Amino acid sequence: MLRVEKLNFAYDDLKVLWDVDLEVNEGEIVTVVGANGAGKSTTLKNISRLVKPSSGKITFDGKDLGKMQPHHVVEAGIVQVPEGRRIFPEMSVMENLRMGSYVKATRADRQKNIDWVFELFPRLKEREKQLGGTMSGGEQQMLAIARGLMANPKVLLLDEPSLGLSPLLVKSIFDIITGINQQGVTILLVEQNVYQSLRISHRAYVMETGRVVLTGKGEELLNNDHIKKAFLGM
Amino acid sequence: MAVFMQSLLSGILIGGVYALIGIGLTLIFGVMRVINFAHGDILMVGMYLTYLAFTSHFGIDPFVSVLITFPLMFLFGGFLQKVFINRVLNAVAQNQILLTIGLGLIMSNTVMLIFTSDYKILSTSYSSSTFQVGGGVSVSVPLLISFLITSVITVALYWFLLKTDTGQAIRATAQDRDAAQLMGINVKRMSIIAFGLGSALAGTAGALISPTYYIFPQVGSVFTLKAFVITVLGGMGSVVGATLGGILIGITESLSAVYISSGWKDVIVFVLFLLVLLFKPSGLMGKSRT
Ligand SMILES: Nc1ncnc2c1ncn2[C@@H]1O[C@H](COP(=O)(O)OP(=O)(O)OP(=O)(O)O)[C@@H](O)[C@H]1O
Ligand SMILES: [Mg+2]
Repeated sequence: MLRVEKLNFAYDDLKVLWDVDLEVNEGEIVTVVGANGAGKSTTLKNISRLVKPSSGKITFDGKDLGKMQPHHVVEAGIVQVPEGRRIFPEMSVMENLRMGSYVKATRADRQKNIDWVFELFPRLKEREKQLGGTMSGGEQQMLAIARGLMANPKVLLLDEPSLGLSPLLVKSIFDIITGINQQGVTILLVEQNVYQSLRISHRAYVMETGRVVLTGKGEELLNNDHIKKAFLGM
Repeated sequence: MAVFMQSLLSGILIGGVYALIGIGLTLIFGVMRVINFAHGDILMVGMYLTYLAFTSHFGIDPFVSVLITFPLMFLFGGFLQKVFINRVLNAVAQNQILLTIGLGLIMSNTVMLIFTSDYKILSTSYSSSTFQVGGGVSVSVPLLISFLITSVITVALYWFLLKTDTGQAIRATAQDRDAAQLMGINVKRMSIIAFGLGSALAGTAGALISPTYYIFPQVGSVFTLKAFVITVLGGMGSVVGATLGGILIGITESLSAVYISSGWKDVIVFVLFLLVLLFKPSGLMGKSRT
């Protein structure tokens, strides 16, 4: 469904992605794991067209994203919840959610989606009127995911959703991701929490210094020696 | 006391127009992080449009002409954004400043070529009429009408920014441009709308003051400076701050003209400006940005 082929990218002179190949099939949870600076977020930024690749091809349902503006990508159904939450600090929870369904085609479902995300995250409903910038880190993360869901994503790109959350909340975030996936949303997850994310994913990729070095099924990789050494401290 | 009330009232009334000018500049800055040094010149273009409409054989009243000035200046601003400003959004600040200063110079010189640098006066039947509100306090009729129009426009603008999808998208773009793109917001389009609105507000302010001000091609520079002071005072990017800042500058000017001397009013405004910067550098409503 989403396919990244031989993606190369450089920030000015600093080359950070080398021939990255990724594929996400409909209905899957696919995880990208890797150390800090491996190029995971940069890969997602290329998919969302926030930055333009130096070479390579990204297609979605066969359509080339190469000529699209970032807002076209969202309209096509690829929605990213970025690293660091990036909610609108001076807008209320409700306004943030409304922005999630800014795309015209999704506005008809706005109320339905608000009900849905309030069911997923009851905390947000309690804080409907609070300004995004004054929420706690965990609440902001819930809001960021909820805002992404407002856009009726076909594929949801999640960049380190568990970062900075308490262990209890981490667990529930992963449960929620699984739940969202079961409702038919395909997921491309970037995570540092290798154990939890591999456990819930169908397939995974391992990135190191800008390259994909390993790929396989979620459970397979959990038992992989390299992964155990590099990420799980075993 | 009557003198005080009188000058306070005129200060508030003229402050309404200042608020429009400041809101325009702050909106543009908020969305694009570009300081529009052509702001006063855009206001000047609005004044000349009003002058043209008035002296044409239709003889359109300056306050009625707002209905034409606002949309025309919106289109003009949108055009400037699309053709010029969009190209320098990622450039260094000096280049952005040079571009907007250059655009302003082109506007004032073009107007000078067409209209010469003579001062024009647009005098209406009510230009100097006043009415008594009691207690020895009187209100200038054109100032009052302009304040009413300003209030309507400001309320409509707040409603647009707070309640409509496009208005919210403009605020979202100002708060986090990348995150806005990830919501499917076409930020280039928001920039065009923001610059169009900013220009429409400046042009409208020009129309509103044209019955009470001299009209000449260089009049813009005074207002660019004023807009800048208002915006910084209120907090760069804050619409509420610019509204308050505009009124505050209006009152300060008016009171200092009465109690000190009209020659000193600009000095007093700058002293106030420096004091605010000294004690609250982010401005009245500003947040320190990281
Ligand atoms: N805006 C930028 N300008 C220049 N270099 C950048 C920029 N953003 C990222 N980089 C560099 O690109 C490389 C890849 O960064 P990226 O953010 O994609 O890593 P990541 O895998 O997401 O890491 P993390 O797990 O820490 O989020 C890093 O070396 C980083 O320093
Ligand atoms: Mg990252």
